[in-house]
Amino acid sequence: MSERDSQSASRAEDFLSLFKKGADFTRELLQENERLRSQLVSLNDRQESAARNPADWGKLRRELMERIASLEEECTTVRERLDQVELENSQFAQRYVEVEEENNNLANLYVSSYQLHSTLDLDEVVKIIMEIVINLIGAEVFAIYLIEGDDSQLTPVASEGREMSEFPGATLGEGALGKAAAASESTCWDAVGSGDLSHPIVCVPLVVQGRPIGAIAVYSLLSQKDGFSALDHELFNMLGGHAATALFAAKLYSQSERKLNTIQGFIDLLTK
Amino acid sequence: MGHRILIVEDSPTMRQLLVFALRRLHGVEIVEAQDGMDGLRKISGEPFDIALVDINMPVMDGLKLISLIRGDDALQDVPIVVITTEGAGEDRDRALKLGANEYLSKPIQANKVLSVVKGLLKID
Repeated sequence: MSERDSQSASRAEDFLSLFKKGADFTRELLQENERLRSQLVSLNDRQESAARNPADWGKLRRELMERIASLEEECTTVRERLDQVELENSQFAQRYVEVEEENNNLANLYVSSYQLHSTLDLDEVVKIIMEIVINLIGAEVFAIYLIEGDDSQLTPVASEGREMSEFPGATLGEGALGKAAAASESTCWDAVGSGDLSHPIVCVPLVVQGRPIGAIAVYSLLSQKDGFSALDHELFNMLGGHAATALFAAKLYSQSERKLNTIQGFIDLLTK
Repeated sequence: MGHRILIVEDSPTMRQLLVFALRRLHGVEIVEAQDGMDGLRKISGEPFDIALVDINMPVMDGLKLISLIRGDDALQDVPIVVITTEGAGEDRDRALKLGANEYLSKPIQANKVLSVVKGLLKID
């Protein structure tokens, strides 16, 4: 069959199907029309009968009034139910938004803690902490401080937004940073930083078994971030515990690896 | 039919967050790439309905990747969402000039990611 013939056949089929739909619709309309006609005839008969007999007219009138009252009552009930359903709907919508937000927050916390504990390499742990602080908290200038050895000196080991040499060290318990690092919980100041690197806007102490091992100090936020949310505070709490543990574990692992290599070397020497 | 989404992002944390957010879309298949070169390899080899591209990446950055994608006739129409650290700035403007369709600023919010991706994929 040529292309033209097949196109004509297809158009004919479309036309037939449209025509069939139209015929079905007309048939339905006619049936509805018939039904309404018979209802109308029935009502007319009742009306004429009521008009001939006043008692019947009174009865019809009473029936209609009762029917109206019953319908009005039903309408009021339905409206009240509708108002109730609308209120419930709005409460569900509100609750849905809250649950979704909570879900997002939990996902952020889960991902953060998962990543922190996914490695025992110290450099990678530090990198992950920085990613969390940049990507989830939205910090622009911050530094990670660790306490090296037995002294109480906080030394920056990683930074973002400025050169690490610009971040001053601090002594645990002294100065804004040192005092905040010695606390058991995060300290937040005004989210609008002064740019002064001796005074952070947030200090998250890193604590393992009640002992501070360092701190994360944020000095300014990204321009599109205008303050701290509830999630940010949850992240600070999470970092204070999990980041601290991850750093501590990574340092221990690195120290034990070195000791193991030393002992292994010694054994190899003795057994040669 | 499900949509295929490519995430090009060097940070595993960010990738995981984006995957968590996008998994809420029904029937999507999410493919991850860890830098611009890996992303280019994947988008050139398989069809994707949308790509989310970070700007600052090693090996090949997001701006270079976007210009290469838009330079390929076969990939001209793939919507690209660029992820930038700056809310309004040079990187965003450059990416949009190179052909990115939308941008997302860090810190990333899951509902914003979903809203942008749904808008570009035209799904409810």
